Amino acid sequence: MLRIDDLVVRYGSAVAVDGVSFEVGAGEMVALVGPNGAGKSTLINAISGLVPPHSGTVACEGRIAQVPEGRQMFADMSVEDNLLLGGWSIRNRDLGEVYDLLPDLAGMRKRKAGRLSGGQQQMVAVGRALMARPDLLAIDELSLGLAPLVVAELAEHLRFLNRERGTAVLLVEQEVTLAFDVCPRALVLEAGRIIAAGPSVELAQSETVRKAYFGDLAVAEMMTGPTAQATTEVST
Amino acid sequence: MTELVAYLISGIALGSSFALIGSGIVVVHRVTRVVNFAQGSVAIVGGMASATLLDGRLPHGLGEIAAVLLSGVLGLVIGLLAIGRRGTPPLISLIVTLGASMLVSAAIIWLWGQDPVTPPGLRGSVTILGAEVERQRLLVVVATGVAFAALALFFSRSYLGKGLTASASNPFAARMVGIDVRKMGLLAFGLAGILGGLAGVLIAPSNPLSFYSDLPLVLGGFAAAVFGGLTSPLRTLLGGLCLGVAGQLTAGYLNGSYQTEMALLLMLVIMIIRSRALVQEEVK
Repeated sequence: MLRIDDLVVRYGSAVAVDGVSFEVGAGEMVALVGPNGAGKSTLINAISGLVPPHSGTVACEGRIAQVPEGRQMFADMSVEDNLLLGGWSIRNRDLGEVYDLLPDLAGMRKRKAGRLSGGQQQMVAVGRALMARPDLLAIDELSLGLAPLVVAELAEHLRFLNRERGTAVLLVEQEVTLAFDVCPRALVLEAGRIIAAGPSVELAQSETVRKAYFGDLAVAEMMTGPTAQATTEVST
Repeated sequence: MTELVAYLISGIALGSSFALIGSGIVVVHRVTRVVNFAQGSVAIVGGMASATLLDGRLPHGLGEIAAVLLSGVLGLVIGLLAIGRRGTPPLISLIVTLGASMLVSAAIIWLWGQDPVTPPGLRGSVTILGAEVERQRLLVVVATGVAFAALALFFSRSYLGKGLTASASNPFAARMVGIDVRKMGLLAFGLAGILGGLAGVLIAPSNPLSFYSDLPLVLGGFAAAVFGGLTSPLRTLLGGLCLGVAGQLTAGYLNGSYQTEMALLLMLVIMIIRSRALVQEEVK
């Protein structure tokens, strides 16, 4: 449903994304991992149409909604207003559906978004994206600044969403163990290029990927642990 | 005492017009980060257009509404000039609004001449605490109250108003959810035009307007907007009222020609006192 073909994004003379091509199928969960400055956020912003590509194409058969890095709340507005604004581009905005999927949001709907905890804000960000009834949810750094238990809960919501609604997920994540745990397939980005792609389990065991981008920690070993361990800090 | 009441009420009426002009500056600045210096000229066009339309035998009410709407269109045109081109830096847009203000002033001289124009307003006066107060001045106060209530409702209850607030609060997130922030900026300019036009229509019957009125109006409006931290329409209303009352007391007890200087002085004092708060709001 999403097809990226030879995408190049530049900031002046600097190349942030350099000839990236990949696909995400309907209902698929794909992780995009890589170190800081690899071009992950630029790539996701280009996919969402927030950054114009220099060349190449982004083709999507459905609607894309983004959960941005750092949550990006409308801080002085209520949770409910934040959610409603998520449905800006569609006609029928149904809060009930999002409250069904993320029941915690209903209890905080009158509160100012800027006064919520990081985990609550991330849930609002996910709910706001869901208001657009997306076919693909592009999530930029789900775990950033959040406690492991909160991340585990959010990850469970994503799996539920994918299972129940068939929403495809493109998860951009620096926390590689989380990304590999949630998404069966992954892409590894470095310096704007995809340097490895394949099933997450295989990538986690790849010596080259592990040593080059995730330090000496045994990612593959962590993959076999419980979900709660998935947020263990991994050196980049 | 009677004199003081008269100065206070006329000050509140004049301050209301500063508040309307200032809130237009705030609405535009919140969304676009541009200070719209053409706001005073738009107010004058509103007042003068109402005079022409009423002179052309349009009934009261309709003539004023048409003049306000015309000012809204003028505000939109200024917005197109200032931010119509994507990626225009706010400083360039600010200079464009200054240029637009001069252009509008030239158009005012061409269309209405250099003499002050006074459209017919509400006739008669009422006595409040022994002071004779023109009905028109009371109308200005009431209409400003209604306008600010409508503005508050628009921003808090309507989806479009929430879109404007969202664009001001977090432009990146607004773009991400599909809001066209540039269009919201243009909407803000149109809304500012309506607010400025309303100010002109309301004050022109008791304060004759000419192209010379631009500077005191925009200074008063800007001072009120600065009082509101360029972010809060409600605090802008308060700032406008303080400014209007201070100006009228100055004119009444000292000298009428010091009103503009009083606006400048107050603006300077507010900017010095509130400089830290303004920086904090900008960072936030």
